[in-house]
Amino acid sequence: MKPNGTKDHAALAEDFIKDEERVNWHDGSLWWIRQKRDKAAKNIPEWEELREAASQIKSNVISNLHEYLLQFEANLQKNGITVHWADSAQEHNEIVYSILKAKGFTEMVKSKSMLTEECQLNEYLAERGIDVINSDLGEYIQQIDNEPPSHIVLPCIHKRKEEIGELFHEHLGTEKGLSDPTLLTRVARKHLRNIFMTRRAALTGVNFAVAETGEYVVCTNEGNADMGAHLSEVQIASMGIEKIIPQKKHLGVFLRLLARSATGQPITIYSSHFKKPRKGQEMHMILVDAGRSRQLGRADFRDSLKCIKCGACMNTCPVYRKSGGLSYHNTISGPIGAILAPNLDMKRHADLPFASTLCGSCSNVCPVKINIHDQLYKWRQEIVKEGYAANTKALGMKAMSWTLSSPGSYTAAGKAGRWVLKNIPIAINNKLNPWYKGRDMPDGPKESFSEWYEKNKDDKS
Amino acid sequence: MTVGLFIPCYVNQLYPQAAIATLELLQKLNVDVVYPSKQTCCGQPMANSGFEHLTQKCNDLFIENFASFDYIVAPSASCVLHVKDHLHAPENEQLAVSVRSKVYELVEFLTDILKVEKLNARFPHKVGIHQSCHGLRGLHLAQMSELNAAPFSKPAHLLHMVQDLELVSLERPDECCGFGGTFCIAEEAVSVKMGKDRVNDHIKNGAEYITSPDLSCLMHMEGILHRKRSKVKVVHIAQILNSTR
Ligand code: SF4
Repeated sequence: MKPNGTKDHAALAEDFIKDEERVNWHDGSLWWIRQKRDKAAKNIPEWEELREAASQIKSNVISNLHEYLLQFEANLQKNGITVHWADSAQEHNEIVYSILKAKGFTEMVKSKSMLTEECQLNEYLAERGIDVINSDLGEYIQQIDNEPPSHIVLPCIHKRKEEIGELFHEHLGTEKGLSDPTLLTRVARKHLRNIFMTRRAALTGVNFAVAETGEYVVCTNEGNADMGAHLSEVQIASMGIEKIIPQKKHLGVFLRLLARSATGQPITIYSSHFKKPRKGQEMHMILVDAGRSRQLGRADFRDSLKCIKCGACMNTCPVYRKSGGLSYHNTISGPIGAILAPNLDMKRHADLPFASTLCGSCSNVCPVKINIHDQLYKWRQEIVKEGYAANTKALGMKAMSWTLSSPGSYTAAGKAGRWVLKNIPIAINNKLNPWYKGRDMPDGPKESFSEWYEKNKDDKS
Repeated sequence: MTVGLFIPCYVNQLYPQAAIATLELLQKLNVDVVYPSKQTCCGQPMANSGFEHLTQKCNDLFIENFASFDYIVAPSASCVLHVKDHLHAPENEQLAVSVRSKVYELVEFLTDILKVEKLNARFPHKVGIHQSCHGLRGLHLAQMSELNAAPFSKPAHLLHMVQDLELVSLERPDECCGFGGTFCIAEEAVSVKMGKDRVNDHIKNGAEYITSPDLSCLMHMEGILHRKRSKVKVVHIAQILNSTR
């Protein structure tokens, strides 16, 4: 439980794990993608060099963010795109609303953008009478189910096809019991086509923004960003300020890494470049900070801004695979989410850096080489120092450190512990001991190694 | 060359056989080993829980016990990694750096320093290796499946020298078992589920024993195997390398 009474990662994960069949299948699907990613990565001899190049380009970007952003802004304006700056999520939402209101639009179609999820744009606009439809299929499914995405690349990976059939039956009038993915996709496509044809405002996210040219690239597998944008009268792009890359030639590095890391594809089906408005079209770019410059100021954590949102760290993370993305109670889940979230609200997300075994697999798959597991460790120290760890834990740790700091108290405690294990196992083997819920306790030997060594050292040396 | 034997707290208290095997094995290989009796713990349980600031006394004690040796060897990859990454001495950081640079996990000490090429050991069983994450990704005891790089495995290299031992291959060769230090308590449900899946991979592939350079992972998996009433047993790699049965 978190201090405010809401469930923390451990409790939400426990709920998810109750349905073991679902967990097995969730774990299996993501592991399958991880294997596809491995195959794709191993097909590129220079894979590790590519990762290093990407990491260095991003280091350059976050060290010179200011200059690149100004260059990008100037080029956007030259290309006829209106530029807005948003300091916070609230400000971002207000800007989107004011653009739509000026045109008198009450409907918008949106392609995938985790940033607008982070800003809770849909909810904000709904309160002001504006209807937004998410056009990415997975996101659309999450939207009609009133749930946030559970994965940044595969938003409804935690749902079974039968559950999706049920949702479509309820919301799109498909036959009850229909769960064939092809048939369901066809129905969704028809429905979304109608949306694309009639909505005059479209919003997209941004995968890469090229400072040198003032263009931006949006990657989708469904082509939904293009479908929305091409027919729109007003096109809005929302991007976090860290999405900048210096030059067009750097795109090759990132596009080769992104799809392979995300799904094992050589490239995303659509990498759409946007540069200038069509005749009669208005284009807006909103550059959003929302905590990013604060993270930039935290030396230990600034590298987290290199993230290109491929989701590979989630697919490889055994904790994520077993606990489901929604257990992270944050827009960006998994390992990367756990190092981004405490920056936004340390108290609310104090549990997330602890939702890891620090196995380190995430850092190894990361195409931009973010040292995710080291940052998880560092956040733990930070969170404890700021006083956001539970009190009982702090007391336990103080006692432990006292015991372990002195050989005498340590030997005594060890003896007591082993005596309890041997003679009254029930004192430990009960429900109050979380170890014992799913595991047995070790037997406990009659003597410790140090006791044995005392007796035997003479004939040993 | 004198080696200081570092037996981490939980190994000392719960798995003395592994510590004894480590000592005997090193002695068989003609290493001069000393066990400083005033040692306790590397401080990792506190540090991984976010209380690194409470570990200075453990660090000081560690330095006091081990600074004088040529090498420090321990049968626990996780504790070795902790010392390598996080042991500090604000008063004399130079000393801490030197201690950090000479601490070795047993397997890497055997392969990299002693360069062992032959062992007089026999263990007639089917064995699965649990690549503990700290050993694998922290100390690089084997190649990590995520990287595009040439494969190798120091534990497998040593186990191949053991007579009549058969290594089983796993579907997920380097998946985490879910122990994770205090994670195993704080995230009990995830930890147990991860452990169950991990041991099942070994069971499915016919392992009679699961071995590892890390006893903490083995303790967690032992608890799960025991609860399942499985016949599969866990054994520290030192016990296999020292075995002549
Ligand atoms: S942290 Fe790395 S692996 Fe994770 S989503 Fe970002 S780029 Fe991908």
